[in-house]
Amino acid sequence: MRKLALNDEILLKIEKPARYIGGEVNSVMKDSEKVDIRFAMCFPDVYEIGMSHLGIQILYDMFNRWEDVWCERVYSPWVDLDKIMREEQIPLFALESQDPVKDFDFLGITLQYEMCYTNVLQVLELAGIPLMAKERKKQDPIVIGGGPCAYNPEPLADFFDLFYIGEGETVYRQLLDLYKENKNHNGTRQEFFERAAAVPGIYVPSFYDAAYHEDGTLASFAPNNTFAPETVKKQIAVDVTDTYYPRKPVVPFMKVTQDRVVLEIQRGCIRGCRFCQAGMLYRPTRERDVKMLKEYACQMLQNTGHEEISLSSLSSSDYSQLKELVTFLIDEFKGKGINISLPSLRIDAFSLDVMEKVQDVRKSSLTFAPEAGSQRMRNVINKGLTEDEILEGAGQAFEGGWNKVKLYFMLGLPTETEEDMRAIPELADKIARRYYEIPKDQRNGKCQITASTSFFIPKPFTPFQWARMYSNEEYISRAAIVKHAFHDQLNRKSLKYNWHDAEITVLEGVFARGDRRVGKVLLEAYRLGCIYDAWTEVFDYGKWLKAFENTGADMAFYNERERKADELFPWDFIDIGVTKEFLRREWERAMKGEVTPNCREQCSGCGAAKFGGGVCYEGKN
Amino acid sequence: MKARIKFRKYGVMKFIGHLDVMRYFQKVMRRGEIPIAFTGGYSPHMIMSFAQPLGVGVTSDGEYFDIELTESITSKRAVTQMNKVMAEGIEVVSFVEIPEDKKQSGMTITAAADYRVTLSESAKSAETIRRIPSLWKEKAANFLSQEKITVVKATKRSEKEVDIKPMIYDMQVGEKEIYLFLAAGSENNLKPDLVMSAFLDFMGKDKDKNPMHFHRMDVYAKNPKVPADSKEAHVRGKGLVTLESLGREII
Repeated sequence: MRKLALNDEILLKIEKPARYIGGEVNSVMKDSEKVDIRFAMCFPDVYEIGMSHLGIQILYDMFNRWEDVWCERVYSPWVDLDKIMREEQIPLFALESQDPVKDFDFLGITLQYEMCYTNVLQVLELAGIPLMAKERKKQDPIVIGGGPCAYNPEPLADFFDLFYIGEGETVYRQLLDLYKENKNHNGTRQEFFERAAAVPGIYVPSFYDAAYHEDGTLASFAPNNTFAPETVKKQIAVDVTDTYYPRKPVVPFMKVTQDRVVLEIQRGCIRGCRFCQAGMLYRPTRERDVKMLKEYACQMLQNTGHEEISLSSLSSSDYSQLKELVTFLIDEFKGKGINISLPSLRIDAFSLDVMEKVQDVRKSSLTFAPEAGSQRMRNVINKGLTEDEILEGAGQAFEGGWNKVKLYFMLGLPTETEEDMRAIPELADKIARRYYEIPKDQRNGKCQITASTSFFIPKPFTPFQWARMYSNEEYISRAAIVKHAFHDQLNRKSLKYNWHDAEITVLEGVFARGDRRVGKVLLEAYRLGCIYDAWTEVFDYGKWLKAFENTGADMAFYNERERKADELFPWDFIDIGVTKEFLRREWERAMKGEVTPNCREQCSGCGAAKFGGGVCYEGKN
Repeated sequence: MKARIKFRKYGVMKFIGHLDVMRYFQKVMRRGEIPIAFTGGYSPHMIMSFAQPLGVGVTSDGEYFDIELTESITSKRAVTQMNKVMAEGIEVVSFVEIPEDKKQSGMTITAAADYRVTLSESAKSAETIRRIPSLWKEKAANFLSQEKITVVKATKRSEKEVDIKPMIYDMQVGEKEIYLFLAAGSENNLKPDLVMSAFLDFMGKDKDKNPMHFHRMDVYAKNPKVPADSKEAHVRGKGLVTLESLGREII
């Protein structure tokens, strides 16, 4: 029987001990003596969140298919256990073997959102690994970061040995082989890093130096080691059908956020919304073969016993074989008590028909993401969704029996005026009016329109990467304008408005587009006690302000200036395929309110075609 | 057709709570391809009911739940299919057919449960078993000979004083373990830790200094052949028989 890292007394005292015991169905056990490489794969948030992440499941499956590697999972201990582990000096452990992470060859950390950065430091410290990469010694694991936030790795540059830029299915084998070779030759850490730097997609932050202008902007960013390339090229799995995907995902004992089979139907998005980082990072759009998806759906449901399957992608309606796939899933599984969930669907006749078949109309709500209230603003962000389309979709849905609608918007978008803000409640009201056009005896009571706004945060590698943000106070006053305008609406009793926290927004802004120097702020905030910043019950803005004060960093420098056209960005050394020229062109079109067609309508020459696959070559062979 | 499943819960699975065990077995039904029936309606769910929840930290050799089947499956095959898809720490022991009658469901008929209590050297591990102090045997006799054993039982709304003596059907103090046979189920339910706290209180001992581990051995129902007022009504194997024994193997 496996011996646990935590004793009974601790496990019976803390919340949800199931987070820490491992042993779940389909978790992989190997003999640590018989593998060459032990890889600890970490999602720096609590188990329920981390276990819901598809990327780690794919990599876990890939690594463990390799006989010489044992990949295990690590998550952030929740604050209750964090305290106990510090007091009793219990080192952070991996779930499968329950062995200390410090004894592993690699610690891989996925970076999915900026507000988990203090948890990265928590994980390192609890593991007993020096926080600063330069202080690590031979016996310490190689700390490697990946995921969307690795596309601007600079705020974390001091804490990581390596970053993996791109999709994990591609160069890990090569990297691990180099590691093994280096280990067999008794090579040093430095020697391994030099060899790793030559692997496409691998970024070794210590091999680069940044210099700054007097005004604080980046003056130069260049390699200081001959093995390091000037640009690091994003790696992608061009063929997403013949590749790694888990047939036997781990089945948690406890309820996790994503308690279902997740089937990724495609990667990337053809739409080109100008605020969306994923839409640019994952170009070109690549579809998985529908035959493969059907086969995996059956096997994954059988191997997990889950009662729900969810199709995952940035925009499911754009998957060309959607109808065939959904019909198959309904025919095959609806009678077996298995739910089918289809997030990110465009609301139209087809999707309403499908939804009617797979969910209880009276209980479920419809979701629209217009992102902006006015048509002018939607043109600026290139969200190709018109008011007519929204009202038409909502109208059809209302006639089909739905009466709950959720709307998602952003505030603080570039060029936003008060008129644009007021357009949010006005659109919500128009949807409600559409509902009350239905004769009273044919409708299902009152309707409920819930509008939520978050504040726009410019992200690297988007056309809006030049945009300015605003202060905390400005965000709150914009939300107040919207809130008051909601009160002026005819159907105000059917409307509800929620807004996102502004404090977290400005911090996320700093770390999204920050440079190497904001690493100091992060470290200081962590020293002051910040962890789990994405959790409102734990988040402490006061400590963050203190961290900025103590380190002399200026939040406004990172957030509140529009960047110049020729400014060198900290992330410019990364080549994602999509060119800076294209992004700038899109920024300029945005300023003129010009819409750019999607990848299937017309190629806009973003640069992603150089990968030689996906939507760029559809119908060309 | 209805079936009753008996399973063991041991090792690290003791940290998995009752609700999660229920969810776990729903997935086992699918993975193990057990022909379980669903309720009708828009969101059908499996027809499955657990006899008696088990607290976190407690291990067991006798946990039960009943299910409705859409078609017959042999006991042997069902047990094999489920154990093939099991996590370490749970093992299906038996699968038997039970009467269709709703009044015969495990949840309804549960009347008693027995436990093995061991003392631990430290709360850190249930494996470090400590001998039972020899005096405790005598003290137990005194404890049980009280006219009433009053404890404060906390319910969801309030706290009330209860005499637990009539709910203790048996208590034996051995060298390494204490055996408890207690009322369980919807009518009267007595948890073993409540008995042990009362016993420690009676001896004037500190609960925190005497860490212990509880292991449920089995769950029992009233034997319909033994009248309620019989002397043997609360005797194991006579007036109270295991839930498993009320079903029969499907061949």
